[in-house]
Amino acid sequence: MWHSLHDLWFGFGVAFQPQNLLWSLFGVVVGNLIGVLPGMGALTAISMLLPLTYSLHPIPAILMLAGIFYGGQYGGAIGAILLNLPSHPPHAVTCLDGYPMTRQGKGGTALGITMIASFFAASFGIVVMIFASPLLVRIAFKFGPPEIAAIMLLGLLAGSTLSRGSPIKGVAMTALGLLIGCVGTDVNSGVRRFAFGITELSDKIEIVALAMGLFGVADFLININRLDHVGSKIRMSFRDMQPSRAELKQSMMPILRGTLVGTLFGAMPGTGPTITTFIAYALERKLSKTPERFGHGAIEGVAAPEASTHSKTQIDFIPTMSLGIPGDAVMALLLGALLIHGIQPGPQLITEHADLFWGLVASFWVGNVILVVLNVPLIGVWVRLLSVPFRLMFPAALFFIAIGVYTTNNSLFEIYEVIAFGVLGAVLLMLDFPIAPILLGFVLGPMIEENFRRSLVISHGDLQVFLSRPISLGFVCASALLIAAQLFFGIRAVIRKQRTAQEFLSLPPLHNVPDVE
Amino acid sequence: MRLDWIRKDHLGGALTVLIGALAAGIGRSYDFGSLNDMGAGFFPVTLGVIMMLCGTTIFAVATITPAPNSAAKARMPEWRGWACIIAGLFAFILLGHYGGLVPATVGVVVISALGDRRNNLVQSLLLAAAIVVCCIVVFHWALHVEFPLFAWDA
Repeated sequence: MWHSLHDLWFGFGVAFQPQNLLWSLFGVVVGNLIGVLPGMGALTAISMLLPLTYSLHPIPAILMLAGIFYGGQYGGAIGAILLNLPSHPPHAVTCLDGYPMTRQGKGGTALGITMIASFFAASFGIVVMIFASPLLVRIAFKFGPPEIAAIMLLGLLAGSTLSRGSPIKGVAMTALGLLIGCVGTDVNSGVRRFAFGITELSDKIEIVALAMGLFGVADFLININRLDHVGSKIRMSFRDMQPSRAELKQSMMPILRGTLVGTLFGAMPGTGPTITTFIAYALERKLSKTPERFGHGAIEGVAAPEASTHSKTQIDFIPTMSLGIPGDAVMALLLGALLIHGIQPGPQLITEHADLFWGLVASFWVGNVILVVLNVPLIGVWVRLLSVPFRLMFPAALFFIAIGVYTTNNSLFEIYEVIAFGVLGAVLLMLDFPIAPILLGFVLGPMIEENFRRSLVISHGDLQVFLSRPISLGFVCASALLIAAQLFFGIRAVIRKQRTAQEFLSLPPLHNVPDVE
Repeated sequence: MRLDWIRKDHLGGALTVLIGALAAGIGRSYDFGSLNDMGAGFFPVTLGVIMMLCGTTIFAVATITPAPNSAAKARMPEWRGWACIIAGLFAFILLGHYGGLVPATVGVVVISALGDRRNNLVQSLLLAAAIVVCCIVVFHWALHVEFPLFAWDA
């Protein structure tokens, strides 16, 4: 424990280095800016700015990307509450009560509560991260290839079945992602897989191209001529954002409960942030003495989900960094960024790259403080940004995508990949497939293949190796349980001829939910 | 043409089976190996089979469950928007290769902007001009991206 505090002190030293602080600040500002723009979420922001980090040292690069992430997340809440436009799916739940609050003229209060909730939850998540990471590392050192393959299997299954929509479609998309990860030269045999004689494909599919196609271009293809601009004539100043004492008291417990829900789910690899917010919201409504207020501007309905998603995302960094298992698509992208910078996530990361890990932890806190300080004077600007029409925004975004992809390798070929994945993503979205698992599968694919292969080489082809070691047995059992539960619910749903997800949590139907997870 | 929900899952299932079959088919041309010594084809073939199974299940479930009355109707794509966005990106590649960064920027912005019915040519050109300025300042001067502004002779 003292050791952790000492390391954290060291981390603050790293985070406060002028260069690192500057990039972190830049990330938060740009993330917030892009997150506010309608139709652009944290994922789009990170994929667009990932190429910028190639020339940077890994530490400022990752600090900046993390800053973009939570800046974007906070920015998204502004659009969700004021315009009923969630650009990041977890905010879909925030809309349920946030937008009614805006219509009652209390949008500022909702934003203020969001800010308090996210700051508290993120701080809590950071503290958990500080003390849990070294523990996890101790366990993680016992991980050999079979354990890693087994936990990745669990993570992929959880990621594909516990997100929004049909679990079987999630599994199919994860498999597709794993297949896309196979493209290129196989490291073990040197065989070029799915390259079709194209030289550029004998390397790998470019992760930036995949992410921008799926989460940028596909989104524009779906939204063009459909996303009506909701003009906002809302004016907002910091004074509107201060909640009254009664409102603060009312939202204190929901914030606490939301934070705990997020913490619990953050520890589980593969559970997306959306499901976490759903559960936090459902829990609040269940506990409330006046559940009928929910959906009509209940402040608890804003506080709890926002708190849960922020603590969840902080804690998500633990499995991402120490095991190399991302919780959702955003984490997968950050993991990809680490790999690009030559940093292999895993139990060794915390000891080998102590400056990176503890610097990142410290910068989370610094970044969250910047976020609060920044939003006090800038809230008026963000509100005005909300009125940038989609018709002017997407051509500009397409240009940034094109140049961003170009700069990854200084070649135009990757733009073809963007087009291909954009069209594929849009078609899949139109057919109600979740597309986030594709990215998850893509990032984990090469690692899972490598570890699966190694495990079987160790055991001379005996599959029992996964069952004979206690840790991997645990993960295999959890995976089996997950499949069994999904089958049970799936078959029961088919028998009842209902769609599960919404019934299960008995929530009011969501409007304007973005298709990108 | 409107497709109801059930048709949508039929299409989705079929597409999944198709992708899986293609992957498994191509994957078979690589060495499959054995569990003891996995070849390059092991993963692609396995994944292709998994996708085929998933696709079949999606198709089957769509067949045995009756269509929910109004839920999630399939929409045809927005042809004009799709054509312009895709053409815009292709224009960036072509103009970038033969003309340089500035023509490529104008190309992608103007063509894709025209995909939105509420944009006219003048607005699109103005937007393009603004973005060209931003592009030169940010990417050419500040970040030194290796992409000549004009490259007529290339």
